Amino acid sequence: MVEGPAPNGNAAPADALPKVVVQNLRIRYGNHVALRGLDLSVRRNEILGIIGPAGSGKTSFLRALNRMDEFIPGMEVEGRITFDGRDIRRVRNVYALRSRIGVVFPLPVGLPLTVYENVALAPRLRGVRKASELDVIVERCLRRAALWEEVKDRLRSLGSLLSGGQQQRLTIARALSQEPDLLLLDEFSIAVDPVTTMRIEDVLKELKNEMSIVLVTNLVQQARRLADRTAFFLTGEHVETSDTARIFSGIVKDPRTHDYIEGRFG
Amino acid sequence: MNQALDRSRDFDHRGRAWYLDRAVTVFVFIGGTSAILFIGGIFVFIAREGLGFVFSEFDAGEFFGSIAWRPTSVLDATYGALALIVGTASITGLAMVVSIPFSLAAAIFIGEFARGRVRELLKVLVELLAAIPSVVWGFIGFSIMNSLIIDIFEVPIGLNVLNAGVILGLMAAPIMTTIAEDALKAVPDGYREAAEALGATRWQVIRKVVIPAAKNGLVAAVLLGVGRGFGETMVVLMASGHSINIPDSVFDSVRALTATIAAELGETAVGSDHFRALFTLGILLFLVTFAINLTADTIMRGIRRKGQRANP
Repeated sequence: MVEGPAPNGNAAPADALPKVVVQNLRIRYGNHVALRGLDLSVRRNEILGIIGPAGSGKTSFLRALNRMDEFIPGMEVEGRITFDGRDIRRVRNVYALRSRIGVVFPLPVGLPLTVYENVALAPRLRGVRKASELDVIVERCLRRAALWEEVKDRLRSLGSLLSGGQQQRLTIARALSQEPDLLLLDEFSIAVDPVTTMRIEDVLKELKNEMSIVLVTNLVQQARRLADRTAFFLTGEHVETSDTARIFSGIVKDPRTHDYIEGRFG
Repeated sequence: MNQALDRSRDFDHRGRAWYLDRAVTVFVFIGGTSAILFIGGIFVFIAREGLGFVFSEFDAGEFFGSIAWRPTSVLDATYGALALIVGTASITGLAMVVSIPFSLAAAIFIGEFARGRVRELLKVLVELLAAIPSVVWGFIGFSIMNSLIIDIFEVPIGLNVLNAGVILGLMAAPIMTTIAEDALKAVPDGYREAAEALGATRWQVIRKVVIPAAKNGLVAAVLLGVGRGFGETMVVLMASGHSINIPDSVFDSVRALTATIAAELGETAVGSDHFRALFTLGILLFLVTFAINLTADTIMRGIRRKGQRANP
């Protein structure tokens, strides 16, 4: 659908292009500027970590990527974002775009449905009707989110009755049920215990083989463990993006980056 | 040392604040518990007048099975309430057919689609609509709807089930809209966001997530609307035609339980069989509306309890 050569006639195969290209992205909420002039790309099969203190524009950036800004009154987005070479402002079916982008929110949002229905919702929305097919999808997604063993006997109980860590893995399973090729995680470990956090991090390392992942985190060490490249945002400014290994070995373009990862502020 | 001694003397001194606190406690207690007193009092009052009839002249077969409501006949007074029950039921039924889709659509628009000023304006307007006195609605039915129905459907009389049902439906819709909108608003925004992130369309979000989550509140809204319609008097008195009849179609005139009480009570001798028969109608109304409200309340309570469980 969205695959294929870029509309400008560029003959480069889609695989060679970055997954997402962001050019001069500016986000405002009324008079408050959340992000000014961001240029950034998300490569295929990478985990891009985004670090920065609260209020640096990380979440606003994620919202813009799947056009969730449309539901936030007063949020204005300018600039250009392409997904597989397509300008996301110009797609005619925004729902089809969103269905290829999985989102995991800071606090797990278990929809008021059973465990099974939480994961089966996205397949149902795209028209999967057969119970046997849904069963397969639900089991596969729960397994990949490292949750299957814990919930296989209570698929029919409410998702909101699971523990916090289980619920967060349920939302990851739900995001996977969309068969996304881009996964956005917004401080997923904020309400999750350390053991579950490590399990989810292992899951993400596996998923990287199949999709691009943008990981917004306020834990600098989490970016260090997971991210291939790390971007540093500070009060709406994109300070720099570089290979994670370089940044954490002290090779930075801007001293503020070094100060932040060393814990001198933020 | 001395100072501490002085202050502990205050332990037995009741000042203004203490008495004010006590007075307020008593006042709010009376206010709060008076509801029980009134409900009990009303029931005793209706029952005292009505039950006398139930245990003497009352003939259940006639009351529920006959359409002959002839309370003023000198030789052969009969009290068949069937036509009145059917009249009330048919008007209320039609009113719900009108108001349920209308008010649910309005609630979904206000709650899910309208934004900012439009939303605030609509909410105020709906609440204004709910405040229109029923006699005004009755007047609209009597004058405007009446001639509209005669013109459009070419029937001799426009005061009938259709007229009363539509007017009553429009009248019940604002209150149902308000309650239904509250139920939709109680659904956390996180649910909508999560479903939208999955690629659901606006309608899919509403259909698959918001409505199931708000289901109990929506059912309660409908039930309260039914209760409202069932007990409404002025509209059905003015717009229904007020003639005893089992309707064959919506173009037949009918008479409602409430309208019968309102129209006849002033002309009866206190304590007469007719007077007490009207109170029996009152008992019936009281029981039905009580049951409806109790059901609605139980459902609403269920929501609250579930809400508490979700956020321990």
